[in-house]
Amino acid sequence: MTQVSYREAVRGAIRMAMQADERVFLMGEDVGHYGGCYAVSQGLLDEFGPERIRDTPLSESAFTGAGIGAALGGMRPIVEVMTCNFSLLSIDQIMNNAATIRHMSGGQFTVPVVIRMATGGGRQLAAQHSHSLEGWYAHIPGIRVLAPATVEDAAGMLAPALDDPDPVLIFENALLYNDTADVDDAVAVDIDHAVIRREGSDISLITYGGSLGKTLAAAEELAAQDISAEVLDLRILRPLDEAAILATVSKTQRCVIVDEGWRSGSLAAEIMARIIEHAFWTLDAPLARVCSEEVPVPYARHLEEAALPSTEKIVAAALAVLGR
Amino acid sequence: MGTFVMPSLGADMAAGTLVEWLKQPGDTVEHGDIIAVVETDKGAIEVEVFEKGRIDELLVEAGSAVPVGTPLARIDGEANGVKPSATGPAKPKVGTEPVRATPPRPSALLVMKGQGPRASPAARQHAAERGIDLASLAGSGPDGAIQLVDVERAECIRSEPGLGSGPDLSAMRRAIAAAMARSKREIPHYYLSHRFDLSAALEWLERYNAERPPPERLLLGALQIKAVASALKEFPEFNGFYGEEGFSPFPAVHLGTAIAIRGGGLAAPCIRHTDTLTLSDLMESLRDLVARTRRGQFRSSEIADATATVSNLGERGVESLWPVIYPPQVAIVGFGSVMWRPWAVKDEPVVRPVITTTLAGDHRANNGHRGALLLRRIEQILSEPDKL
Repeated sequence: MTQVSYREAVRGAIRMAMQADERVFLMGEDVGHYGGCYAVSQGLLDEFGPERIRDTPLSESAFTGAGIGAALGGMRPIVEVMTCNFSLLSIDQIMNNAATIRHMSGGQFTVPVVIRMATGGGRQLAAQHSHSLEGWYAHIPGIRVLAPATVEDAAGMLAPALDDPDPVLIFENALLYNDTADVDDAVAVDIDHAVIRREGSDISLITYGGSLGKTLAAAEELAAQDISAEVLDLRILRPLDEAAILATVSKTQRCVIVDEGWRSGSLAAEIMARIIEHAFWTLDAPLARVCSEEVPVPYARHLEEAALPSTEKIVAAALAVLGR
Repeated sequence: MGTFVMPSLGADMAAGTLVEWLKQPGDTVEHGDIIAVVETDKGAIEVEVFEKGRIDELLVEAGSAVPVGTPLARIDGEANGVKPSATGPAKPKVGTEPVRATPPRPSALLVMKGQGPRASPAARQHAAERGIDLASLAGSGPDGAIQLVDVERAECIRSEPGLGSGPDLSAMRRAIAAAMARSKREIPHYYLSHRFDLSAALEWLERYNAERPPPERLLLGALQIKAVASALKEFPEFNGFYGEEGFSPFPAVHLGTAIAIRGGGLAAPCIRHTDTLTLSDLMESLRDLVARTRRGQFRSSEIADATATVSNLGERGVESLWPVIYPPQVAIVGFGSVMWRPWAVKDEPVVRPVITTTLAGDHRANNGHRGALLLRRIEQILSEPDKL
């Protein structure tokens, strides 16, 4: 066990994957000489050389498409997109190619690509660098969408993602890169199941990624008021671990969903719909959710804070559901 | 001003014992509130009031047995300034609102659905399973919503020793005897029988239930009740009451369901406005009704208002039954068990699930030709279950 940051955990996972399999390589904007815009790939160029740590032009569509082509050609590419805001330039490649080729080829071709991207706000980088678009990708059949919220998940999700014969998108909330924790060097994380981060009996708080810390803090504050909140970390946004969602809601009969995406048509909306479809009779209060305000995420710190989910908002939503 | 009288809770009821007042002078009551508990041959029945206003005076003490029609309480009409009179009802002046004889029934259900107590699904389900009336509970949730904890609290209070927990079966048997003897004595029954292929309904039901957890699944009985209610809507001469002035059809379908009670009892309370309910609402009502009936807790409107009845032998393995009309109704539809039988499809024999439906009709109100069309219509509705 060693004390590592989320950033180091991702780097370590990439290093181990590259050591284990010659077909693995990393490409993206500034991943080589600059060491990655979030310093994830610092040092990897020296270790593995420019053939395997490849700087690309500012052209998300082109290099994502190249990654998909490499995967079709037998490689195991890791494509880094600087933020999910820029990934919209490559969404045609992701959705029309990566997600569909297995289906359209009748199962003859698979696309074992892993696409990593940063997501989320909170760093005063203004609207074009701060949005949370993972919910959009979770809409697309044919891909798997992961959201590591802990250092351990950041360390352990890459290997099974590379083993998956189909495209896997990993959304790393940029606020998490400095988080540190004691993590086993060769941690194994399953990429099929959500996980309960805190047991509780009065209300379920369902979240993922960058909101997990805020949600756990909210659960702590609720505990101070004698309210026992259970925190479910989804971890996998597609396919959703519906059984885990229904299990926690059936247990506590109340639920707040915390999602940094905008609320209209959001992942939170999908989760609510599934709860209503399958667990309606177990509910003892209306469902509630805390999402980002429906504005482009603002630059000014106080406005940005007001736009994003916060511990206070989560506590307030939980108390309202409980009628307190 | 209105007078609340001892209701007739069945064609054969002559008198009842007022067991308990649930409202006191000064209380305000709404249409549908439960005002008193009356003991009859069928058990203790919660009686609803159809007036809106304030209870002015209770005229009969709890424990008294009085004939049907005896004034039990005076209710001061809401804010219309009419003072209660000491003796006899005053003749209404021309132009004033007439004394309300019948409430506007068709909207009653909608009113209950929309403005009933605000309760969580968990509380509703728990209350329905235990026969607890949500309207009698106070909610502790957001905006006064009734939550599970409120139902559980009520359950604790109710489970303490008090009124008898089940219906008095020997009295119920006497009531059945009186009603059925009168039926066979007075009603010229005719009978029709029709056997048909039920595979469309059963396949649809299987698909519907496969996707749902057990509490949301439907029983075949719900489909049958809905099909009969929908068909009766098209054949009004089978839906209503036969009184001294002959038959009068009733605009709404309140379909009674014969429910067997362990130990030999039988009651046929109704689900009001059966034809307008969705299948899932109907199933919920049916579960609730069965649970309460087995404890002898049905309401006056459920026991007195049925406009026709369905009797279903379910899985008892008998092919058909010949039901007896419950007066003053004029029709009863029976369903036998589903039987796998050889069946001709085009010119091939195949094995199909087959059901026998029967109709007992009151020949004073309707006749066999229309009765046959009614049974055929029920078959047709059940053969297109996705339209239910």
